[in-house]
Amino acid sequence: MTGFTPVDALIGGGLIGLAVALLLAANGRVTGISGIVGGLIRPDKQGTAWRWVFLTGLVAGVALYRLAGGPLTDIEITTSPGILIAGGVLVGFGTQIGAGCTSGHGVCGIGRLSPRSMVATMVFMATAAIVVFAVRHGLGGG
Amino acid sequence: MVAMSMICGVIFGLGLAISGMVNPAKVLAFLDVAGDWDPSLALVMGAALVPSFVAFRWLPSRPRPWLADRFELPAATVIDGRLLGGAALFGIGWGLVGLCPGPAIAALAYLKIESLIFLAALVGGIGLARLVPPAS
Repeated sequence: MTGFTPVDALIGGGLIGLAVALLLAANGRVTGISGIVGGLIRPDKQGTAWRWVFLTGLVAGVALYRLAGGPLTDIEITTSPGILIAGGVLVGFGTQIGAGCTSGHGVCGIGRLSPRSMVATMVFMATAAIVVFAVRHGLGGG
Repeated sequence: MVAMSMICGVIFGLGLAISGMVNPAKVLAFLDVAGDWDPSLALVMGAALVPSFVAFRWLPSRPRPWLADRFELPAATVIDGRLLGGAALFGIGWGLVGLCPGPAIAALAYLKIESLIFLAALVGGIGLARLVPPAS
């Protein structure tokens, strides 16, 4: 179980927002991770270099945090391999069909007041919460 | 432009790590509204939305970004079955594991086989989506 960490949440969220603002100001791009990954398969005029570099930076940012002795020393994934695969396929498929994920719709889309992104965010938050409820409280569990 | 992508990626990754959103257990604790609810994710999103809102409010009306020819913003405005169905399926996968695309990639820094399996399946799912005809 994890506890409420409001200060870390606000600092981390602020950094995510800063990255979104900078990428827009400098490169004119929306920081939607599913879109950045999807564009690796379907390259546009500006090519795929900036996408690979951004995603490398994403991993490097977490690596830097670990090297600096950040308190989150490990992550917990308790899902079984079959569910991991099913979940991964659904996330990959759903974000491409629905044109966005937590960053693209949730942070950028709502930030630019897009009704599409507001609706999409409500839908994926709702289905995710329903699934967690079913897994943890609904199916004979407790 | 490429150097700026690196800087933005690193800042974004640091944000995911500091906020704890790279940890699926913490994300699931947010989604578990009937359990021992951890509201952290809502504050992460709220805090991220402030710079995002300001940037999208003021920047796109400028002639061009610092390092590119023009702003590339999503043009779609229609709320259709693709948007709703795709978002619903994404949410199901997110709820099953607690990883969305950003953390799925960022979590590679923790060198766990589980996140590698998830990411491989995610890429497979992207490939599957390419088989669906685009909206006309």
